[in-house]
Amino acid sequence: MTTHAKNDSNIWAERVLAGDRRALARVISLLENQEPEGFHTLKTLYPKTGQAHIIGLTGPPGGGKSSLVDRMIQEIRSRGHEVAVVAVDPTSPFTGGAILGDRIRMQRWASDTGVYIRSMGTRGSLGGLARAVYATVQLLDAASFPYILVETVGVGQSEVDIVQVADTVVVVSVPGLGDDVQVSKAGIMEIGDVFAVNKADLPGSQRVVVELQSMLDLGSHDVWQPPVVTTVATTGKGVSELITAIQEHLVVLQEANLLTKQRLAREKEALLQRLTERIRCDITKQWSNKQGNQAWENLAAKKTDPYTLEEQLYLSWKGVTTVDNQD
Amino acid sequence: MERPIRVLIAKPGLDGHDRGAKVLARAMRDAGMEVIYTGLRQTPEQIVEAAVQEDVDTIGLSCLSGAHNHLFPEVTRLLKEKDATDILVVGGGIIPEEDIPKLKEAGISEIFTPGTTTATAIEYIKENVKR
Ligand SMILES: Nc1nc2c(ncn2[C@@H]2O[C@H](COP(=O)(O)OP(=O)(O)OP(=O)(O)O)[C@@H](O)[C@H]2O)c(=O)[nH]1
Ligand SMILES: [Mg+2]
Repeated sequence: MTTHAKNDSNIWAERVLAGDRRALARVISLLENQEPEGFHTLKTLYPKTGQAHIIGLTGPPGGGKSSLVDRMIQEIRSRGHEVAVVAVDPTSPFTGGAILGDRIRMQRWASDTGVYIRSMGTRGSLGGLARAVYATVQLLDAASFPYILVETVGVGQSEVDIVQVADTVVVVSVPGLGDDVQVSKAGIMEIGDVFAVNKADLPGSQRVVVELQSMLDLGSHDVWQPPVVTTVATTGKGVSELITAIQEHLVVLQEANLLTKQRLAREKEALLQRLTERIRCDITKQWSNKQGNQAWENLAAKKTDPYTLEEQLYLSWKGVTTVDNQD
Repeated sequence: MERPIRVLIAKPGLDGHDRGAKVLARAMRDAGMEVIYTGLRQTPEQIVEAAVQEDVDTIGLSCLSGAHNHLFPEVTRLLKEKDATDILVVGGGIIPEEDIPKLKEAGISEIFTPGTTTATAIEYIKENVKR
């Protein structure tokens, strides 16, 4: 199977490099579905990665992220560059289905061959967002899009995940949500490289700017002082300044020799996450048998304790992998 | 590996009603599908480009304006041009019985007329997606 998959993936890789959008789209599906063929393709294409500026956008639901992405596409296109978008929406944990509604705001670019837009559900799996999005972004990078925009909604884990994917994180805020909700929300101030106060046509936006600025003044920023930019996504006002700020961020990272370092750190973190996921899978599988059931029963009856059980599970997992390595 | 069916819901033509499309989109999500809704007034080119980029299994076209005889076959023609005929195309909306045979001949797999339940449409898609 592996040789077959390998040959196939070399063809996929060739087609992706040749700019074949249907092949690109298909390989993204393979990656999303965690098909080995997708990862074989990425193995081939990995040397081509590292050229794109990966920009993440996160913020509250309905904050105007997709509308902002639409305007950013326009600005990037007007500067003569191609651009890819990955728009992530939450999957329903109950049905596994999702309504992926971000594209509707960007659909005017559907027939521009310099723009590729892909909608994605978070799907259920552990670290799901990070894993599928990470791989997809690498593929788009190898396919030589100089700009890759990733939209995620800022609820739960996803805004923290975006740091694992993007070189530059844009945190989108809006007036009228109350200050507790957005500004002081744990983690948000730390992850932003650029702050966009969108819906600046609405009352209260200046207050949000001031609040963000005073929060930022509290932090310590030696290399880069995150700027606060006001935007009106519906008209495009401020979007050129936003793109310029995003570009400046990358330049500063490069000049401080931080870009390569950050990317390597992300790569390492992603790799560790994938390993963790595999090991978790292994252990779950290994212990969903009679012996495993017995162990859970013992735990329930307090014949054993979770710490002893942990030790046993760990050692037995190690034992199995050693055997695996030998054959 | 189990994966959700991906559907693109599109409204070609000039009519401005998408209540039906939204109801269907929600029903599909509840049936475990990933639904990409592209909004009103889409040209066949935009629909087909989006379907290819999103790598969907199926396209659901909805048209109330009466232009289905032109718009639906244009979508299947463009799919052929893109070598993407493995995408299942179904249609719905206000479509007279007598138009249906010609639409099917043009590559629309099934037409759901106003009385059809969302459950029927979803069942049809589940059974007929090509990969
Ligand atoms: N007044 C005003 N409305 C805006 C602005 N930007 C976006 N909107 C509106 O806000 C609503 C939500 O916009 P989206 O772009 O879908 O927001 P989003 O953050 O992508 O939403 P989700 O992906 O659903 O979380 C739409 O009705 C937009 O027209 C703005 O700058 N000013
Ligand atoms: Mg959105």
